[in-house]
Amino acid sequence: MDETISLVLFSGTDDKLQAAAVLTAGAAALGRPVKIFLQYWALDAFRTDRIAADHGLAPEAGEAGKAAIQAAAKAGQAHWAETLRVAKEIGGVDIQACSLSMDILKLEQSDLDPLVDGVEGVAAFYINAGEGQIVFI
Amino acid sequence: MGNLDIKLKVDASGLSCPLPILRATQGIKSVASGELIEVVATDPGSVKDFDAWSRSTGNAMVEQESTGGKFRFVLRRK
Repeated sequence: MDETISLVLFSGTDDKLQAAAVLTAGAAALGRPVKIFLQYWALDAFRTDRIAADHGLAPEAGEAGKAAIQAAAKAGQAHWAETLRVAKEIGGVDIQACSLSMDILKLEQSDLDPLVDGVEGVAAFYINAGEGQIVFI
Repeated sequence: MGNLDIKLKVDASGLSCPLPILRATQGIKSVASGELIEVVATDPGSVKDFDAWSRSTGNAMVEQESTGGKFRFVLRRK
C-alpha cells in the first residue's frame, strides 16, 4: 500500500486551510508522507503578504460558526500556518504550488511564504501522488 | 509514579488536536531508542490518538492513565 497522502488545496478560507493543516500534521506524526498541491485561492492564501491575514470562513459557517472559530483561536488554537510549520519540522511534508494557478494569479515563488517548497504542474503532482489517496479541499 | 526512568516530559496541556501528537513526535525524536518520554494532555481525543499513534509508529505505550481531565502517556521510543 502506498502510504502517501496527497491533498489538493483549492479553497482559501481559514477553516478549510485549518482542516487541511490538521490532516497534514496527523499524517506527519504517523510517519506518512504528505504532498500538498496549492491551487487558486488556497495558493493566494500562501502569499507572504497575506498568509497572516483574515481569510474568512466557508459560507456554511454562518454567524454561530464564526463565533465558535473565533473562540477557539482566542483559546489558543494554533493558526493553520503554524500547524503546517510544525508538521514540516517533523518531516515528510512537501508543499508545491500549481504552475497554472501561479500564472493566473501572476505570482512568482518569491511572492510565497517559505512553507511552499516549489512550483509544479499537474502531471508532476500525479506522478508524485503515486498510488496513494488524493483528497480535494 | 513508579520508578520509570523518564528521559523527557512533554506538557501538551491545553493544546488541541493534532498538537499533542505533534509534540510527542518531536519529543520522541530527541531521545534514544528504548528510552521513555511522558506526555500529559488535556484533549479528550488524545486517548484514541495516542493509541493509534503508538500502534502505527511502533513506539510502545508503557503506561496510560486519566485523572481529573488530564491524560498521561508514557511511551518508549522504537
